Amino acid sequence: MAGGSYYVPHQAKWPIVGTIGLFVFFVGFANLLNGASIGPTVLAGGTAILVVMMFGWFGDVIRESEGGMYKKNEGMSFRMGMGWFIFSEVFFFAAFFGALFYARQLALPWLSGEGAGATTQAILYPEFSFTWPNTANGPEAIGGQFEAMGAFGLPLINTLLLLTSGVTCTIAHHAIKEGKRKSMSMWLLATVILGAIFLTLQVEEYAHAYNELNLTLESGIYGSTFFMLTGFHGFHVAMGTLMLFIVMIRGFRGHFTAENHFAFEASAWYWHFVDVVWLGLYVFVYWL
Amino acid sequence: MSAVDTHHDEHHAPPASSIKRWLFTTNHKDLGTLYLWFALIMFFIGGAMALIIRLELFQPGLQFVDPSFFNQMTTMHALIMIFGAVMPAFVGLANWMVPMMIGAPDMALPRMNNWSFWIMPAAIGLLLSTLFMESGGPAGGWTMYPPLVLQGGDSFAFFIFSVHFMGISSIMGSINIVATILNMRAPGMTLLKMPLFVWTWLITAFLLIAVIPVLAGAVTMLLTDRFFGTSFFNAAGGGDPVLYQHIFWFFGHPEVYILILPAFGVISEIIPTFARKRLFGYASMVYATASIAFLSFIVWAHHMFTVGMPLAGELFFMFSTMMIAVPTGVKVFNWIATMWRGAMTFETPMLFALGFVVMFTIGGFSGLMLAITPADIQYHDSYFVVAHFHYVLVPGAIYSLMAAAYYWLPKWTGHMYDEKLGQWHFWLSTIFVNLLFFPMHFVGLAGMPRRIPDYNLQFADMNALASVGAFGFGFTQILFVYIIVKAVRGGEKATDQVWDGADGLEWTVPSPAPYHTFDTPPDVK
Repeated sequence: MAGGSYYVPHQAKWPIVGTIGLFVFFVGFANLLNGASIGPTVLAGGTAILVVMMFGWFGDVIRESEGGMYKKNEGMSFRMGMGWFIFSEVFFFAAFFGALFYARQLALPWLSGEGAGATTQAILYPEFSFTWPNTANGPEAIGGQFEAMGAFGLPLINTLLLLTSGVTCTIAHHAIKEGKRKSMSMWLLATVILGAIFLTLQVEEYAHAYNELNLTLESGIYGSTFFMLTGFHGFHVAMGTLMLFIVMIRGFRGHFTAENHFAFEASAWYWHFVDVVWLGLYVFVYWL
Repeated sequence: MSAVDTHHDEHHAPPASSIKRWLFTTNHKDLGTLYLWFALIMFFIGGAMALIIRLELFQPGLQFVDPSFFNQMTTMHALIMIFGAVMPAFVGLANWMVPMMIGAPDMALPRMNNWSFWIMPAAIGLLLSTLFMESGGPAGGWTMYPPLVLQGGDSFAFFIFSVHFMGISSIMGSINIVATILNMRAPGMTLLKMPLFVWTWLITAFLLIAVIPVLAGAVTMLLTDRFFGTSFFNAAGGGDPVLYQHIFWFFGHPEVYILILPAFGVISEIIPTFARKRLFGYASMVYATASIAFLSFIVWAHHMFTVGMPLAGELFFMFSTMMIAVPTGVKVFNWIATMWRGAMTFETPMLFALGFVVMFTIGGFSGLMLAITPADIQYHDSYFVVAHFHYVLVPGAIYSLMAAAYYWLPKWTGHMYDEKLGQWHFWLSTIFVNLLFFPMHFVGLAGMPRRIPDYNLQFADMNALASVGAFGFGFTQILFVYIIVKAVRGGEKATDQVWDGADGLEWTVPSPAPYHTFDTPPDVK
């Protein structure tokens, strides 16, 4: 850190609100899962507290940023924070990808008698022989017969949508680097619209899976990995879209300069991260 | 926020009696203090659970608690000690010391620092609340293996969410530490000039950011398997319960090093001070730490030698695990070489540090025994394993925390602690901790299984000894609290330097350290 005066706020009231919000959220969610009637209400209450906290906390930070309180060092801390947060997200997805690879390459072949699994199969499931994806819901065909999601319908369109949104996002980045705030916001608008179409198509795809393919969350390990991976990804797309949307509005309101636009960068990094995860999903979940 | 000043207008702390100060504080020293007190309280709660376990195991047969409650105690003791005591204690030390050691005015993200701390009491509260539920708390072991854990009662969901909740705190806390170390160093404080405590924390924080999300993923799969009909860990649906163990231990093994790397850092600060010599092999210490961190990602299945892995897997994980002995050996040899021909004195921090070196090494050697696959098939899930990890965690991690507390108490409080009582604390702890854990090696090798409230008569004598040791060790810690409180309230004034052999930026500021230090960065030669 070069030369003095790092901005250290003295008192912060939002973190404790965030703690209370998370606590209420988790208590509500757990009660909901246990079937307690109070669950949904408490869960909604916790969510509301968290939303208020985010408006308050981000609001403070935006005011300080626009007030010129942050210099290079503060900006670097924020960037590192976001960078390492995305790094942690990579590992979260890695756990689910790991489950997919393990089930497909090890667990299912063992269940059908390969390698060290010969006795397991002979004793437990002598009839079971595994092919991906048709019998990937296990020897007891949990969730019943299903059809796997094809790779070249909606998923391919979604891939193109996300890749295009990566391009528009980058054009927006070049715009703000040249100080063209309006242009940045317009390109972000395009990005947000592409993200929204992606999400709509994913809802469409899920409906198709449930209604026509009998592919559900309960379709054995195939359904589990398919919906958990694409579902968490979809949730991240929704968050990314929201972030870019807010950056867009801030752009229209005259925030950001060519030098100072951390919120844009953070959201853009996040968006590209979501993009890359999708490519992994497309290859390993849909295609191969 | 009211404070919009880039310079500090208040150089003095708000009064300690003000609740608002502690709830809203962004000061790294305040938050460090909160973390440390919180960890100490958890140490006693987790310790009380351990005493319930040892009370029941004092004699064979079922005496005091029913087996279900016994299982809740083994599960909760581990969770509270790992997530509530040792980890927050090290984060507390990082909060206090890292900015002072690198010449930074505070942590890089002070508001988030507050959030990371205040999540902890809420998350642990959520976890502890399960003990009061009709179904009782989680009883399937802290490793949460399915299918057993999925059979828990209403507490299951609360338990899973408390793990998520603590994970949020850990990730934010670690991101903050990494950003602080990489971005807030004073001019001239190059990476290879950083004190080893800072280095070990940098690497620990990296491990935390990488593996806590994996744990979050694993417990999320448990949650969906139980409530949403997924089949991750259900063989009938094409999943595998062993898959859980792989994911869990991919988190769990780096977690082990998360608990011990900062301890290595503490010991590497203390031994040079009291040997009055520079740390031997500084660079090799840094590289050894990084090697241990790297290896920690490729050894996880040594916790699972008996689940039925292919032979190639067993061999790979056996050899990769044994390789850890190399960088760990480098560290132990460096500590010993630091002491070689040093002008040593044996104040309490040094005693605990030496106790660490000896007894951690005992735990390290039993770990090497456990790494041998064919031997482990015999040792697995026996008290030998319990003896092993308690040797590395109690006279290992916990001893380093006590050493750190004695070492830096004068800097924190401005008063010297009572040296005589400190020495009593060390010797009583050391006698009792060995009485507690050493017999476990023998009953373990003789076949006593862990996590069972009753045992064969042949194990009776050793268990009685261990229980006596447990109560002795537990009650000795009241002395520790007394010494801390005494030093907080008064005592001999500490000098700024405190220890004549101490080296580092934290010793250049007054004792007690002012509320804000290094507002203008110091010059580091």
